[in-house]
Amino acid sequence: MKTTAEPARNFTTISGRSIDRLYTAGSIAGVSYTRDLNDPGEFPYTRGIHASGYAGKRWTMRQFAGFGTPEETNTRYKALLAAGGTGLSVAFDLPTLMGRDPDHPLALGEVGKCGVSVASLADMETLFDGISVADVTTSMTINSPAAMIFAMYLVVAEQQGADWRTLSGTLQNDILKEYIAQKEYIFPPRPSMRIIADIFAFCAGQVPRWNTISVSGYHIREAGSTALQELAFTLRDGLEYVQWGVDAGLAVDDFVPRMSFFFNAHSDFFEEIAKYRAARSLWAHAMRERFGARDERSLKLRFHSQTAGVSLTAQQPYNNVVRTALQALAAVAGGTNSLHTNSLDEALALPTAAAATLALRTQQIIADETGIADVVDPLGGSYFVEKLTRDMEEGARGYFDEIDRMGGMVPAIEAGFPQREIAESAYRFQQAVESREKTIVGVNDFVQDGGRVETLYIDEATGEKQLEKLARLKRSRDGGRVRTALDALREAAETRQNVMPPILDAVRAYATVGEMCDTLRDVWGEYEETAVI
Amino acid sequence: MSKVRVVIAKPGLDGHDRGAKVIARALRDAGMEVIYTGLRQTPEQIVTAALQEDADVIGLSILSGAHNHIAPKLMDLLKKNGLDDVLVVIGGIIPDVDVPGLHAIGVKGVFLPGTPMQDIIAFITANVRSRA
Repeated sequence: MKTTAEPARNFTTISGRSIDRLYTAGSIAGVSYTRDLNDPGEFPYTRGIHASGYAGKRWTMRQFAGFGTPEETNTRYKALLAAGGTGLSVAFDLPTLMGRDPDHPLALGEVGKCGVSVASLADMETLFDGISVADVTTSMTINSPAAMIFAMYLVVAEQQGADWRTLSGTLQNDILKEYIAQKEYIFPPRPSMRIIADIFAFCAGQVPRWNTISVSGYHIREAGSTALQELAFTLRDGLEYVQWGVDAGLAVDDFVPRMSFFFNAHSDFFEEIAKYRAARSLWAHAMRERFGARDERSLKLRFHSQTAGVSLTAQQPYNNVVRTALQALAAVAGGTNSLHTNSLDEALALPTAAAATLALRTQQIIADETGIADVVDPLGGSYFVEKLTRDMEEGARGYFDEIDRMGGMVPAIEAGFPQREIAESAYRFQQAVESREKTIVGVNDFVQDGGRVETLYIDEATGEKQLEKLARLKRSRDGGRVRTALDALREAAETRQNVMPPILDAVRAYATVGEMCDTLRDVWGEYEETAVI
Repeated sequence: MSKVRVVIAKPGLDGHDRGAKVIARALRDAGMEVIYTGLRQTPEQIVTAALQEDADVIGLSILSGAHNHIAPKLMDLLKKNGLDDVLVVIGGIIPDVDVPGLHAIGVKGVFLPGTPMQDIIAFITANVRSRA
């Protein structure tokens, strides 16, 4: 009988980690079940934070959406809720993310393109028109102007008669990964960290069920990091936020239970599952050992995940449905608490309604047809997955030590450390694709013409409509009240008062995102990075 | 022969710079002189950089959908500054329907997601003005 020759190549994960041909009991000889894994719901939560897994609480199917005017996005939200979506997730356009109004010169051509345009409370009122904020949970992907946008949502809740104490949702509010990866920053790191500590304190008192931050690895991975770098930088960012909260005088167990995380769900199936399992264990240990957390909720890492946008290809776009399904399966096998699945057309444009529905259906098929949600941590005990999990933990601790030696994440960012690490990995991966050491189906192998899809086209009318609305708002509001509110915000920024109350007042007076951010720009200045290539 | 000089710029508000950085390194490794401007450059700033750096090529990375505003402004400014012979290329997320319009205003190369770096290097080498 003939045997097939072993190919003469080393196998590596998509992150470049070498992989053995076989894992055995010997691979995990040092692993203790009770110390390192334990049952789901038990410290260090490697196998999950809930004893009953998804039987107790299924993940939230939360589809990120936003484009054009608040009116258009409001219609999309109602459609997503009607199709069985269980939470909302707002995508804002670039001017909003950068704290610029639609009439700012830098906003030219960008209004409503990558998300919905929200310049003032009036836009937020429209966005949630006919949607009861007491009955949905809403995630908002907003970072530098997080305090302003959150204040708008709270005022809409107030108008609808909803009690802030029962409101539930998530603010991304993770500025560190902006300096590291996504680059949508406004102010320098230190005042930005102070706003975040202000939000922690404000929510602990007044909006206790709100997730104050979603510490995000997603963007770090999209920028080109490896799975290990995503894990390590994200959790080290998390530790930095805890430290800033503690330094601001908060007790760990008063705010850490409301911190959440956000990871990428990439294509290397087992490596991703190991990443999620390692994340839970690393966080539980760090909270107990570094910060002396006692509340179990401080120890339990909860996370949202999103399939990898960067893995989607413009070529043969229907292949993306398959990629997304497999990535989503990894996230579920890894115990994600919430999930966004990308649409097949997202390498080309923002998704059409049909593509967005198919993406949601992908999650529903995984949940109801595959059986994967019936067993907690179904891959626990796999020699391969346990070995990968252990290696991920050890690798992340190595990065923690390195960043600790630099004095923490803020100094590490100021020195360009994580930025350089990511740029290096991104270039290495691109070279691996060019040399065909890594295969991307339809791009560098199995290439074929055709397979075009209809895409969403955002026309220029959005920008014009938003400009008109803004001009009308500025004419009709009480200008004196706006000025008084902005002066109070400036005073809070210059002193050590919490910025949330003056921001809420400014929002109620219909001050715009741009006006509030400009007030803070005057006090704190703007951040400029040294570009690393 | 002197090296081809390339200004890689990221106009608009978008901060996703993975593509700009990867292509900057690839062009450098291919023997070109690469100047990366960093983020959020206005067309005016990009033209100034091209003048100061005596650029043969300007490469724009745009993923946000603002190309129909940025590219015409840039091409206009290049003309006014006598830089008509600078090769302009754009990489990013550009809807198919917009590509002919960009070619019509003088953007020579439009590179969509998944384009191999080698193709971009070859295109620049074949189309760049010759340096005396």
